[in-house]
Amino acid sequence: MAGAFAALLLFFPFMLGAQTDCLSCHADKTLQDASGHGVGVDGDKFHASIHGSLSCSDCHTSIKEYPHPDQPEPVKCATCHADQSKAIGGSIHDGTSPHPCTSCHGDAHSIFPKDDPRSAVYPLNIPKTCGSCHANAALAKKYGLDNVYATYMDSIHGYAVSKEGLLVAANCMSCHGSHNILSHKDPKSTTSRANVPNTCGTCHGGVKDEYLSGVHGKALVDGNTKVPVCSDCHTAHAILHPTDSTFRMQSTPICGSCHKDQLATYRDTFHSQLGLLGGYVETARCWDCHGAHGILPASDPASPVNKANLIKTCGRCHADANESFVKYQPHANPHNRKLNPALYYVRLFMNMLLWGTLSFFTLHTLLWFIRAERERRKRGPVAEEKHD
Amino acid sequence: MTDETKAAAAEQPANSGQEKFYVRFTLAQRYLHAILFTSFLGLAATGLPMRFSDNWWARKFASGVGGFGAILFFHKFCAIVLTLAFLYHLKDLATRVFVHKEKGIFWGPNSMVANWKDAQDLVGHLRWFVGLGPKPKFDRFAYWEKFDYWAVFWGMIVIGFSGYAMWFAPFFARFLPGWALNAVLVVHGEEALLAILFIFSIHFVNTHLRPDSFPMDMVIFTGKETEEEFKKKRTLEYERLVAQGKLESRAGDKPVYWWVNFAKVIGFAAILIGLVLLVLTLIGYFGTA
Repeated sequence: MAGAFAALLLFFPFMLGAQTDCLSCHADKTLQDASGHGVGVDGDKFHASIHGSLSCSDCHTSIKEYPHPDQPEPVKCATCHADQSKAIGGSIHDGTSPHPCTSCHGDAHSIFPKDDPRSAVYPLNIPKTCGSCHANAALAKKYGLDNVYATYMDSIHGYAVSKEGLLVAANCMSCHGSHNILSHKDPKSTTSRANVPNTCGTCHGGVKDEYLSGVHGKALVDGNTKVPVCSDCHTAHAILHPTDSTFRMQSTPICGSCHKDQLATYRDTFHSQLGLLGGYVETARCWDCHGAHGILPASDPASPVNKANLIKTCGRCHADANESFVKYQPHANPHNRKLNPALYYVRLFMNMLLWGTLSFFTLHTLLWFIRAERERRKRGPVAEEKHD
Repeated sequence: MTDETKAAAAEQPANSGQEKFYVRFTLAQRYLHAILFTSFLGLAATGLPMRFSDNWWARKFASGVGGFGAILFFHKFCAIVLTLAFLYHLKDLATRVFVHKEKGIFWGPNSMVANWKDAQDLVGHLRWFVGLGPKPKFDRFAYWEKFDYWAVFWGMIVIGFSGYAMWFAPFFARFLPGWALNAVLVVHGEEALLAILFIFSIHFVNTHLRPDSFPMDMVIFTGKETEEEFKKKRTLEYERLVAQGKLESRAGDKPVYWWVNFAKVIGFAAILIGLVLLVLTLIGYFGTA
C-alpha cells in the first residue's frame, strides 16, 4: 500500500477533471477490493470515453462520501439505458452474464460510441467482440451452436470486415441485431426463416425483390417456410462468393434435397458427371439454367428455361447453340419409357449388348480356362510351354 | 541373324538355341497395337471417373491428376491419338485393297472376316470345353481373335462417333435430332463400359492369362513366335505353309533379349493397370456411391 501511495503522489499533478477526488485512490491500476477485483481506473481514458463528462457517483450511486463501503452496489446501466436493458431482458442473452452490458461494450470506464474505432461495438470490432464468447468451442457445444466465428471470418462478409475494413459489410449485428437478439427459431427473430429475406434484403435489396418475384419467394410470403430462403443456399455464416468453386460444388445437392427426381436425372447427364469431379466447376448447375433468386416455372415466358429462351440460356455456355441443340433434355430419364422412349430403347439395347456379350464370353472364357488348365496338368509341369 | 541377335543368343545358352521363329505380326501392326492399348488405357482411366463421377475413387483420381479439366484434356488427347491410329489402319486397309489388290483381305485364311469355319470352330471349341469333342484346329486368326478385332472396330465407330458428337454437340445438332444428344452419352458410356469390361477380363484371359499363354502372349510385342507355338496354336496355317513350301518365307529372327524384357515390362504394366481399372469399374457399377 505504501508503494501504491507513492505512485499516486507521483501521478497526482497530471490528474485533472471531475473525477479527481476518486482518482486520488483509484488511479492506481493495481488497486483491488476486498474480493480481489481490480478497481483501478485509467482517468485519461475514462475522460475521453462517452461517459467522460459524468461524475463517478452518477453511476456508482451508493457512494456518497469518503470513506465508502467496501462493497458498493452494482452499477445499473438501465437507469439511463432503459430501452436497451429491456431489450436484453427479452433476448437470448438474458441471464447469460452477470455483467451483460460490459460483456459486449467492454471496460465500463472506456466505453466509446459505436462509430468510434475504439469502441468494442465498432463495426470492424464486432466479430471479435462476439467471438470472445462465440469462438469458444466448449460454449458452442454447450448451446448446440456451430463454430460460427471461424466460418464467419472465412466468409465473404468476414473477409470484407477483417481484411478490407468495409464498414458496410455484414457483421454479426447486421443480421442478428444487438440488444434484442432472438433465437432463429423465434418467429420474431431477424434470422427466422420467414424474416431472412428481409434481413439480407436490408443490404441486398435488388436480390430480395428478385427473390420475392420468384416461386420460392411468393410461397414464403404465403406462409410456406419450407421453401429455400437465402441462408439455405448461401448458408448463414460461411457465405462464399457465388462464383467460388466450393460454393458451386456444394449447392446442387441443396436444390436436390427437395427436387429429388430432378437431381437424380441431372446426375445422369454430362453436366453433372463433369461437375462432380473437382477442379472443373463451370458446368451447368441448377441455377445456371433456372436462375437463382427469381426462379419461375418453365411455362412462364420470363423463365430462362422457357422454350423461347433456351437458345439464349444454353448459349451462355454453348456459343453455337441452335434450335436442334436446345432440344437436348438436361433432365432426361433413360429409365422412363413414357417420357423418353427413344432414350429408353437406346439404353435397353446397349444394356442387352453389354450383358449379352459379357455373359457369353465370360462363360466361354471360364470353360476354356478350366479345360486348358486340366490339359496342362495332364501334360505335367515338364511339358509346359516356353514363352520367350 | 544379325550381330545383335547372335549376341543375345549367346547370352541365353542351350535350351532355346535351336528354336526357329516365325513372323506373325509386322512392325507396323505391333506399333498399332501398342498405340491402341496405351490410348485405350488412357481413355479408360480418364473416362471411368466421368462415368462413375459420384464414386469416391472417381473424385480422388480426378483431383489427383489435376481435377476434371485435366481429365477431360487427357481423354480428348487419347481420343485423338486413337482416332489417328484407326484412320491409319483404314488407310492401310484401303491401300492393300485398292493399290496392292490383295483379295485375301475380305476372304480366305488371312482375312479378319468371319466365315463358316469360324462358326464351326466356335461350336467345336465349346464342345471341347465340356469334353464332347476334339479340340478344333485353328487357322491364322481364330474366331475369338476375329471377334476381338471386330469388337474394337465396331467400338471405335460407336464410341468415337458418340464422343465427337458430345465434343462438338452444337455442330452435330445440325443434323441429329434433339434426343440423340441425350442418347450419345448413354451409348458412349455403355459401349465404353462393354469395351473396358471385355478387354480387361475376356481379352486378357483369352489372349494372355489362359494356361496356354500365361502370363503373357509375347507375339504381339515381338511379332514372332516359336515353331512349336505356331504349330500348336495355328495348326492349319502352319500345315498349309508347309504343304505349299512357303514356311521359310515367314521365318524370322529370334527376338532380342532386351526387347522381350522391355515388352514384358510394358505388357505387364498394361495388364496391371487394366486389372486395377477393372476392379474400379466393378466397384463403380455394383457399389454404392
